[in-house]
Amino acid sequence: MSNTTRSQNERYELNCQLAQMLKGGVIMDVTTPEQAKIAEAAGACAVMALERIPADIRAAGGVSRMSDPAMIKGIQEAVSIPVMAKCRIGHFAEAQILEAIEIDYIDESEVLSPADDVYHIDKHQFKVPFVCGARDLGEALRRIAEGASMIRTKGEPGTGDVVQAVSHMRLIQSQIAKVAAARDDELFEIAKKLSVPYSLVAYVHEHRKLPVVNFAAGGIATPADASLMMQLGAEGVFVGSGIFKSGNPAKRAAAIVKAVTNYKDAHLLASVSENLGEAMVGINKDEIDLLMAERGR
Amino acid sequence: MIVGVLALQGAFIEHEQMLRKLGVSTVELRQKADLQNKPDALILPGGESTTQGKLLKDLGMFETIRQWIMEGLPVMGTCAGMILLAKKLSNDNKQWLQTFPATVRRNAYGRQLGSFITRAPFKGIGEVTMNFIRAPYIESISPGVEVLAEVNHHIVAARYKKQMILSFHPEIGEDTRIHKQFLQMVTK
Repeated sequence: MSNTTRSQNERYELNCQLAQMLKGGVIMDVTTPEQAKIAEAAGACAVMALERIPADIRAAGGVSRMSDPAMIKGIQEAVSIPVMAKCRIGHFAEAQILEAIEIDYIDESEVLSPADDVYHIDKHQFKVPFVCGARDLGEALRRIAEGASMIRTKGEPGTGDVVQAVSHMRLIQSQIAKVAAARDDELFEIAKKLSVPYSLVAYVHEHRKLPVVNFAAGGIATPADASLMMQLGAEGVFVGSGIFKSGNPAKRAAAIVKAVTNYKDAHLLASVSENLGEAMVGINKDEIDLLMAERGR
Repeated sequence: MIVGVLALQGAFIEHEQMLRKLGVSTVELRQKADLQNKPDALILPGGESTTQGKLLKDLGMFETIRQWIMEGLPVMGTCAGMILLAKKLSNDNKQWLQTFPATVRRNAYGRQLGSFITRAPFKGIGEVTMNFIRAPYIESISPGVEVLAEVNHHIVAARYKKQMILSFHPEIGEDTRIHKQFLQMVTK
């Protein structure tokens, strides 16, 4: 093995392992250093720095892009936990910029306007890790083949409606179970159908899980939503608009953190769900024109 | 023997898998009710120390766990676990259990781009692979603390009485030797 290959492999290993360290945690969208501090104090395991949360991106319309690096740096200085940021699907120049400011994780995200309607970023060309959204096993494994070291459900961001995240998580889990139950000689056909490398299908077959950590995202707004996703097999959750679009962000954020840690304890969930104030208003996925989850296959 | 693994956030399953490989039973500690029976040893896993520390307090587990360690319950803290156990943090005004007399630097190698893998000697074991992920290191130690490993002149593993702290992640990969050494310390 050449030294370059070895160091690339080690880098990928470390990036998958950073995601492992985030497991059982809540990653929160924040738009200012003040919000980032509230999120950290509430127990977030990482924050996602972005100029507008998905609900506002939806409301504003137009083209949404990577955030201002100065804004991201302000958040990096405000907190000691990992800071993530989003780039557009396929926009490798935005990703290069995020790498230059030493972001801890890049989310190649359907929440922003896609920059390329065919190609995703070749994430192997980067030292910083990438998380990508997926609606099914094929999408998840294609993103991993491109170099993603963490996967999340796409859900339907900015809606406060958890239905899409639930259906994506259920689909991925049931597809994993099918691959695990398949005969060895059926794996080649599965790989062909999913348009993914055989080696990744073989991994899922052997280990009954994705080769990287899998979080839930898109529409999670309450401690109960977080518990639901964890019980369906998520290893942690992203909460975007759900926190800072609600009546009492600090309290809701802390409640969701506790809900993820003790997702099976209904009594504890009941107590943290009390008096959280207004949840984000939310919009039903059937009432919206733009399905962000359709972006990037 | 039953080892309690703090399961608030982070890579606790990896520690459980490692211990199961060695034939040891584990119990996950997620809330106060899980502390009714005192385990024979404790592991504080990697993850985010601010998240874990806050949950320790909010879920009413902090005092019991601190008391257990002060009374001599063997404990191993990896990465975030090292930060939770440190007496002092040099670059953070937060303090947690404070049972291990050492000063620790958080995110000592910088952000994720500063994460790295290396091999270095570990006292009593030989050379081991060490994965440092946004890792801390030990800046200074009090008398009575034994250095177990150093990388680039920084202490990355140490022992004080029945407490072991490590900057890196022995729960990742196939090498069970550090967990074995910890279990030997528990039974001795």
